[in-house]
Amino acid sequence: MSGSTLGNWLQSRWQSIVAGIPFIWLLVFFLVPFFIVLKISLAESLIASPPFSKLLDWGDGGLPSLNISIDNYAYLWEDSLYVRTYLNSIKIALICTVLCLLIGYPMAYAIVRAQGTTRYILLLLIILPFWTSFLLRVYAWMGLLADQGTLNSFLMWLGVIEKPIRLLYSQFAVYVGIVYSYLPFMILPLYANMEKLDTSLQEAAADLGAKPMAGFFTVTLPLTAPGILAGSLLVFIPATGEFVIPDLLGGGNVLMIGRILFNEFNSNHDWPVASAVAIALLIVLVVPMMLYHKVQAAEARRGT
Amino acid sequence: MKAKRSRFLLGMLCFGFAFLYVPIILMMIYSFNYSKLVPVWGGFSTRWYTTLFQSEDVWAATALSLKIALLNATFATMLGTLAGIALSRLHSFRGRTLFTGMISAPLVMPEVITGLSLLLLFITLNQLIGWPAERGITTITVAHITFSMAFVAIIIQSRLAGTGRDLEEAALDLGAKPFRVLWDITLPQLAPGMVAGWLLAFTLSLDDLVIASFVSGPGATTLPMLIYSRIRLGLRPDINALATIIILTVTIGVLIAGWIMIRQQRASAQDAEHT
Amino acid sequence: MTQESAYPWREEGATPFISIRNITKRFGNFIAVDDISLDIYKGELFGLLGGSGCGKTTLLRMLAGFESPTSGSIIIDGADMTQVPPYERPVNMMFQSYALFPHMSVEKNIAYGLKRDGVARDEVKDRVADMLAMVELSDFGKRKPRQLSGGQRQRVALARALVKRPKVLLLDEPLAALDKRLREQTQFELMNIQDRTGVTFVVVTHDQEEAMTLSTRIAVMDAGRFMQIGEPAEIYENPATKYIANFIGSANLLPVTIGAKSNAAYEVQHVLSQTAFTVSSDQTLNAGDELTLALRPEKILIDKSPLADYENQITGIVREIAYLGKISTYRVETPLGVTLEVTAPNQVRPKGTGHRIEWDDEVYLGWNTDSAILLKD
Repeated sequence: MSGSTLGNWLQSRWQSIVAGIPFIWLLVFFLVPFFIVLKISLAESLIASPPFSKLLDWGDGGLPSLNISIDNYAYLWEDSLYVRTYLNSIKIALICTVLCLLIGYPMAYAIVRAQGTTRYILLLLIILPFWTSFLLRVYAWMGLLADQGTLNSFLMWLGVIEKPIRLLYSQFAVYVGIVYSYLPFMILPLYANMEKLDTSLQEAAADLGAKPMAGFFTVTLPLTAPGILAGSLLVFIPATGEFVIPDLLGGGNVLMIGRILFNEFNSNHDWPVASAVAIALLIVLVVPMMLYHKVQAAEARRGT
Repeated sequence: MKAKRSRFLLGMLCFGFAFLYVPIILMMIYSFNYSKLVPVWGGFSTRWYTTLFQSEDVWAATALSLKIALLNATFATMLGTLAGIALSRLHSFRGRTLFTGMISAPLVMPEVITGLSLLLLFITLNQLIGWPAERGITTITVAHITFSMAFVAIIIQSRLAGTGRDLEEAALDLGAKPFRVLWDITLPQLAPGMVAGWLLAFTLSLDDLVIASFVSGPGATTLPMLIYSRIRLGLRPDINALATIIILTVTIGVLIAGWIMIRQQRASAQDAEHT
Repeated sequence: MTQESAYPWREEGATPFISIRNITKRFGNFIAVDDISLDIYKGELFGLLGGSGCGKTTLLRMLAGFESPTSGSIIIDGADMTQVPPYERPVNMMFQSYALFPHMSVEKNIAYGLKRDGVARDEVKDRVADMLAMVELSDFGKRKPRQLSGGQRQRVALARALVKRPKVLLLDEPLAALDKRLREQTQFELMNIQDRTGVTFVVVTHDQEEAMTLSTRIAVMDAGRFMQIGEPAEIYENPATKYIANFIGSANLLPVTIGAKSNAAYEVQHVLSQTAFTVSSDQTLNAGDELTLALRPEKILIDKSPLADYENQITGIVREIAYLGKISTYRVETPLGVTLEVTAPNQVRPKGTGHRIEWDDEVYLGWNTDSAILLKD
């Protein structure tokens, strides 16, 4: 192919190329895998390799027969462990989202109100943990919360307690770990939203007689709602499926669905049940995920 | 009243930053602890750094992680840039809704689901076409590209949304064909966004434990996988040392990037004042 | 109570409604407002005029309570307001951006201030309806601000600020966001509403024409200080400085040396060309003083034939003509070595070429002794 033909080809087809390459990649490596998970979740588990039955079987007479089994889902539903774990995951994620909001909102607000270079430095300090290893930051809390860890030593030195209290490997440690790890995800969308807020609106509220509290609840809070929503979803969705934090900080005591899935797959090798757990988790999260997608799209539209 | 509110905000800011930074700083301090028991101070020592540097596993895992991160960042930036341009400049093509959905989903998708689904894909593909023959560097890289390109695409899209179409339209007006415009105008404008995207993809890959654990095979252990296998059973002083090195490296990198950003910010603010 | 005068500021001992006393505002090392004092009277439509960064907006924001002065005090209707927060001041503001709450309907925006004051629901409803009627937006109450045009938004902002019946209404560049035609029309609406409600208005603007049209009095500000305070005609006819002469309207400025005095007029000499003119002035000036002679373009008569009855006359050649419809502006090169700007009404329709002034025509310029003024700086 000569240079000019290649040029002409690019010229006429460039739009298909630009959109097509990433599209195909995502189709193959993101969308198709979900259908495979869905398919396996409907299979029966076997002790074989791969350890599940085929969905489509060519029977003796050459006629295909479809093996669909909802046994895995029925199993999830009947075993109260799974239901409890789902509920517990949602509860933990919800409480952590609220805690992140309570800590993150005033922080984002304070950063927006800072001037010039101070503002950039504060923002950088929020982003910095985001770039450092997630795993190591969780590990840092293991040192802080251990029986002989810094927090226990400090409390004993203060005389508040006499012997170490159980902090690590508890529900409390999981809450701390999730809030700690996901706090920047709450602050950044809030900051982005508040930065665009026209301060004359708050002044107008004060001018019209709204005391600071009233002004906050009638003007600032409603106008920052999109940021609150985006931040909350960015915390809630991944926190629900979190694996590392409950595994390292929660020990065996805290039931979260991400851990169950990981263990079902890696220790029990029960692929169909693991797949069913994944699909069920996805069903729980599909509404918040679509909501996030809508917020994201609205934000992109506002940018143009 | 105003002063009271400011004090509350300042207090929250201090509390928040203490919460974010005290654990990391303590972890770094304890990396210089002589004692084998991490939380019990036994005097200053750099012995764990020596242990760390002598550990071949750590070197091998670091090399593998860096290799994957480099490959991932490069491919994810290319794919993510194309996706970002498609999202913000091509408004009507078939499957656009599906496309935007597939771009924004990986940002919030729980890692366990992404990891599981990719593993099952690789197994299925192996049965069907014999690829990938074994799981390791290739499968981890492909998995990382898939989720990091979404982050790059969002960065590129927001950058393009911020800059108007004026320059592109001027180029069209001056006789450049659409593909030329893309090459001559759009891509150079995107360079800072692509750098940011590359760095983010690099970090995301270095950071990932869950997805890599799913799609890796025997023999391929990334650095997070190695760290995880060691700390699962409790505190390890050599991991404190490793953490200190990693965090310091990243911090210095981010500070340099931040310093450049602040300087540019000041320069453009001054330019704006002069005009 | 005595009958209120239409021009209270002209009277000795009249009680000011707003009294600004020795106000200074510093931001770090920058002095935005520099020790100024001002009295504004009830029912005035007071204009604060100046370029950007002159301190006019800072002064307005101190009146609203968004900034507190570094020193000095603000008294409104007899009460010291200096330390009173904005939400407790009997003052409302119309923001330059209008600052309409985007998440509330027009009605809710207007009702907002009344609700904060705990006004009964029925009364809120009535007063909002009245305001909507006044600004002719009765059919738009349910709309959101983004569904309105620029002019409609401006009226909502006005209604929202006025519904609380403030003692003072502050307007920050109220017409800046509107296009020219709408601006002229809205100017008169604003004056009309001010007249009907009797509320004291303080308007900040950078547009001298707007300030002239709207205001009962104008304060011209520069670098944090007042350069001149007065009625529009007073400022136009007797600008205190060269800066004001050029900022309000335009003026030909000629450096001159003072000569002999005869009657109420001085003999002056143009520094560059030594040409002599006579100018009347009630200032006490000494021979040899160097001053500036300011001459408004419309005070100069221009003709193709020599002029009778003008004390000051020179000739010149027309170098540029700008035809503006009802008037034309001529730039005339003179033997003084300077080009003078002259405006003249276009009274006759230009049919033939006989009467009309064309490019490169030789013309006669003339003005009276009391048409020009002498400025010290």
